Amino acid sequence: MCGFGGYFGSIRDGRALLESMTAAIAHRGPDGQGIFTVPEAGLGHVRLSIVGLGDGQQPMPDASGELTIAFNGEIFNYVELRDELRAKGRRFRTASDTEVILHLYDEMGEDCVSLLNGDFAFAIWDARRCRMMLARDRMGVRPLFYTAQGGTFYFASEVKALLQVPGVSAEIDPIALDQIFTLWAPIAPRTPFRNILELEPANVMIVDQRGVTTRPYWQLQYPDRDQPSGYTHEGSAAEELRALLADATRIRMRADVPVGAYLSGGLDSSIVSALAAGMTPQGLRTFSVTFDSAEHDESAFQLEMAAALGTQHSAIACRAGDIAKVFPDVIRFTERPIIRTAPAPLYQLSGLVREAGLKVVLTGEGADEVFAGYDIFKEARVRRFCGRQPGSSIRPHLFRKLYPYLPGLKQQSPEYLAAFFGAGDAPLDDPLFSHRPRLKGTAATKLFFSGDLRAELKDYDAAAELIGRLPQDFRRWHPLHQAQYLESRFLLPGYILSSQGDRMAMAHGIEGRFPFLDHRLVEFAAKLPPEMKLKGLTEKHILREATKDLLPPAIGRRVKQPYRAPDSHSFTGPGELDYVRGALSEDAVAEGGLFNAKAVTKLYEKCRSRPASGFRDNAAFVGILSTQLWLQTFAGTRIRKAEAA
Amino acid sequence: MTQAIKEKVKTFIIENFLFGDTSYDLDDTASLIENDIIDSTGVLELVAFIEDQFGIVMGDADIVPANLDSLARISAFIAAKAVPVTA
Repeated sequence: MCGFGGYFGSIRDGRALLESMTAAIAHRGPDGQGIFTVPEAGLGHVRLSIVGLGDGQQPMPDASGELTIAFNGEIFNYVELRDELRAKGRRFRTASDTEVILHLYDEMGEDCVSLLNGDFAFAIWDARRCRMMLARDRMGVRPLFYTAQGGTFYFASEVKALLQVPGVSAEIDPIALDQIFTLWAPIAPRTPFRNILELEPANVMIVDQRGVTTRPYWQLQYPDRDQPSGYTHEGSAAEELRALLADATRIRMRADVPVGAYLSGGLDSSIVSALAAGMTPQGLRTFSVTFDSAEHDESAFQLEMAAALGTQHSAIACRAGDIAKVFPDVIRFTERPIIRTAPAPLYQLSGLVREAGLKVVLTGEGADEVFAGYDIFKEARVRRFCGRQPGSSIRPHLFRKLYPYLPGLKQQSPEYLAAFFGAGDAPLDDPLFSHRPRLKGTAATKLFFSGDLRAELKDYDAAAELIGRLPQDFRRWHPLHQAQYLESRFLLPGYILSSQGDRMAMAHGIEGRFPFLDHRLVEFAAKLPPEMKLKGLTEKHILREATKDLLPPAIGRRVKQPYRAPDSHSFTGPGELDYVRGALSEDAVAEGGLFNAKAVTKLYEKCRSRPASGFRDNAAFVGILSTQLWLQTFAGTRIRKAEAA
Repeated sequence: MTQAIKEKVKTFIIENFLFGDTSYDLDDTASLIENDIIDSTGVLELVAFIEDQFGIVMGDADIVPANLDSLARISAFIAAKAVPVTA
């Protein structure tokens, strides 16, 4: 787990540039730094040593000196791959997983990625063919950004390293901003930075004298809805799932340092912690965050689970105002505007793990995408159910059951519930059917966009672009699988993993590992019949069946409580911090040029006077504040002024 | 009187849900939900406004789109509730 940067092309003083680039991402690798340059290319690396502590320094050359790799992440099946390579006569000089990639590349070229089970982004300089190969893991756990400047191609684990390149400046991409304010995340390869792109998950890229070529090496695929499933017996499916999950966890325990686990108190992290505890004879350490608002706090479940497993448990309290304190740092590390504050407590949590002296934690992230845990999947089912009897006043009551934690819905009539969720008249063949209410609610926050920004965006439609990116066979899939694909392929890498996963952990040099995102498990779950995942309105049914002996009944039966954190009230409550007022002042907003300053002032005052704001106002507040902080951190508001001039 | 009610409600909607955006063409009969002007919390804000400003107590049965989902419907609802019925 680490960070790297590099370039392909001939530049003056590449070493100095690589030193600047790696210094900008030093938090990703506090255990070492290395630079490699040749006349045609360069690689820089910062290391967080986890596997092969003594001999895993990077950039790492192969024995011939013709291949050199800079690698961020882990290859969890490196032991098996190394054994196979040894059987073919390959000799290893180190105990690291890094060297395994080099040998595999030497054997197979860029197709080597198909054998890797892991979370990775890497660059291999191939002197024989005078080319650079870049690759990224299947689910998009590890990031990789790139840009071109003056005929040279640059890449890095975080954008802030690319901003060290002379001539590369930070400008907000209006289309990306529109996508965030509609879909919660930019559609890759687009990033919030104009002219800086990201390599999409499950893609390899070759950069050579002829240019840049990119191709996917893996795709998330679901069966046609009419195709009979190979899994008809629930018991055997649960058994297979359990074996896969246990193995996914086992290989993610591989490290030359202790491995801990996040424990939220929910089903997914409890399962992972239980499996890991059974594989940790010396005792597992678990970590969680608690809230002082009952609406968000899950500490009772965390303590129950930790006691049941006998883990050494540590918790950090996220108190009123804490989110505001760390929020500017959060934006510095997410490198993107966000519309919810959920990453902030995770930033605190990774700091707690670092203080405890650990570098690696397992997390339950990904289970909701893979096994249909999110409320949005149930909501889509209820909307279809209501759509069959649009006049029914009984059916819309189910929406209240889906969101018992949302106070705004408690007092609504069935008629209003049906109207909010578009339950009566939504076209059932809309490819975004499952996500329309969310997109509609989020896009309403674009009300605050300035006249200039609206003019620049003209008639741009983020949802239409998303539809254009769907695979050809998408419409043949079951509606639940369509919804799962949208979550897994776009929101997971674009929002969950990038703003809550890699970035919040690596801000404190912590590596998160995700057993539920093992591609074998993802492929297996995709083939399961939908009713094994969402049974009636019970989410993750098959996962509960497969793991019921692992958990106390109260945890195993828990209805999904989505991870949320207090939003606008975190910034407007007692002890309000100066930077909030500064960033949202009429002058600062006007200078930023992206939002209507007077409207923002009204929103600010509304959130201050009525702390219990709804989703729309909260999303707008957090989205605008984070965008203003993004501008201050990366671009400076002068950028847009200069553009307008 | 309905016109005065309508203006007061319109001002509230523009200030509270459109944050002063007077360029928005708020048609009398346009659905507030379909046009993304209010969400579930917004409905409760609207109810609180009507109760506070017009002295009307709204029962659960009153809080339905038929009464509140457009400027015209809200105004008609308030007018009907506020005018005492005489024999």
